[in-house]
Amino acid sequence: MLKRTPFDQGDKQNSMITAHEVDKRFGKICALDGVSFEVERGTVVGLLGPNGAGKSTLIRILTTLLKPDSGYVRVAGLDAVSDGKRLRSIIGLAGQSAAVDELLTGRENLELIGLWYHMPKKEYRRRAQETLERLSLVGEADRQVKTYSGGMRRRLDLGASFIADSPVLFLDEPTTGLDPRTRNELWQLVEERVAAGATVLLTTQYMEEAEHLADKIVVIDKGKVIVEGTSGELKAKTGGAILEARVVHAADISRASLLMASLGRGEPRSDIDQRKVSIPAREGAELLLEAGRMFQEAGISLEDIGIRRPTLDEAFLVLTSGTQPLDIAKPSNQEATR
Amino acid sequence: MTDVKIPNLDARVPHLELYLALRDAAGVAKRNLLRTVRTPELLLYSIQPVMMLVIFRYILGGAINSADVPGGSYVDFVVPSIFLTSGLVGAMTSAIGMAQDLKSGIVDRLRSLPMARSAVVTGRSLTDLIRSVIGLGVMIAAGVAVGFRFHSDLGHIILGIILVLALGYSFCWINAAIGMAVKDPSSAISASTGPTFLLMFASNAIVPTNTLPGWLQPIARNQPLSVTASAIRALFQGEPATHYVWLSIAWSAGISVCFFLVSYSLYTRTVKK
Repeated sequence: MLKRTPFDQGDKQNSMITAHEVDKRFGKICALDGVSFEVERGTVVGLLGPNGAGKSTLIRILTTLLKPDSGYVRVAGLDAVSDGKRLRSIIGLAGQSAAVDELLTGRENLELIGLWYHMPKKEYRRRAQETLERLSLVGEADRQVKTYSGGMRRRLDLGASFIADSPVLFLDEPTTGLDPRTRNELWQLVEERVAAGATVLLTTQYMEEAEHLADKIVVIDKGKVIVEGTSGELKAKTGGAILEARVVHAADISRASLLMASLGRGEPRSDIDQRKVSIPAREGAELLLEAGRMFQEAGISLEDIGIRRPTLDEAFLVLTSGTQPLDIAKPSNQEATR
Repeated sequence: MTDVKIPNLDARVPHLELYLALRDAAGVAKRNLLRTVRTPELLLYSIQPVMMLVIFRYILGGAINSADVPGGSYVDFVVPSIFLTSGLVGAMTSAIGMAQDLKSGIVDRLRSLPMARSAVVTGRSLTDLIRSVIGLGVMIAAGVAVGFRFHSDLGHIILGIILVLALGYSFCWINAAIGMAVKDPSSAISASTGPTFLLMFASNAIVPTNTLPGWLQPIARNQPLSVTASAIRALFQGEPATHYVWLSIAWSAGISVCFFLVSYSLYTRTVKK
């Protein structure tokens, strides 16, 4: 492989986080395979991918917990391998890669982390108090973390990552497993940091989260970047619209699928349980009329047919076609066989 | 915040680095002590040696003929060894604590902070040193209560106490390395029990070495626990001890240095699973 030498100003002036051709293997497993992307200063990038896609490995490399086998990563121009210590002084890490201490109180957790960021005592005490206020944890500040609810722990964990006002934050699945209300509270905290100027790289399995928080989404699967762009751009790659039909008899599914393949672009997807077939297609009422006519001629009775905007889930499926979909509920018949 | 201020570490003076590394380690020790106080199970480890003291003094002591014991008093023979073994058993909490930290993911957060990388292991051993000072105080009080007496001056007693603490401290490093190698609190207990108990029983700590099998005697006489036990017995009884004191210091220093290096390299490597 050609070894590329980065330019002196290798990263664009505005790039705060850079990953360049990063490879990482664990024995025979290839966790990252030539991953490159950039995060511009003051923006939020969502790393989206299923379990085992390599998201956490990437975060661990960016936060100096792991060394890449080849390629390099930089944060604010600092190389994670050769300049690790300075890099660590400007970042904050939260989420599944990090943890708070259960036997300590919320305040003790924050104060110690402040101390380890090398703040003077006065300053870390003040910052811990401010952070507790911001997290709405003042009432619980002096209780041991083991008495906290899951949501409170996550808030504290997130707060610990920004106690030093770190300009770059890495959030590794910050809301996995939280209920929607708690998730909203955490999103709000992240948004406050972004408003204050922080650059954020977050990993998530949830489309909704990426769509809500991220300026740019990097889709990663099996250790490779599949596509990147805004959520709108990703949706546009699926063809802009989805033609979806629901047949009355499940037996008609395969015929319906064949028929729809001639109408849309790409591969039709069928869902036998739901008796639904969908396919990326152009927009317009004409298409709908044509489809209706063709179904009638073929003698397939329809329960419903329509054109709608694709969801990010569908965008993901199209982009990673043939790979394991995200967050797709297992078909009920599979559950029954267990 | 738009302009990222990057600290210029090159401009930092070396002693500031050292100061920060010690401050980081003190923070880790503070955290560990808070955890210890809030984990009642771990305090049991401090009470166990008092039980041992009672068992050896009153239960096993009765079966041992004092005439076989150097010095002629089994209490004065066995109690200093129990000071020692209590230190070694206490050092096993190092293995448990280290394994717990690795398992909980807290170590990942610590490693992503600008704190000194040596702080986690140094702080851990500081915690254990503080704990063993307290533990030894309790043990000495208990020893005196069951009839043990010092027969020397304060200087020798203090030197003896330092030797006990130093050996315990060196074992903290062994156990920290074990804890990091096994990464699981319950296996850490069993893995660290092995070396500790082997040293305890294949030694002159509990019984005089001339009662052991012949092939074992030279090992039993020269291993760290035995030489330290001999040193402190002599120190506490006001007998000449120079030879054993030096041997004991050499063992403690050697073990500490070797296992600090092992622990440190395991710490910087182990987390990269």
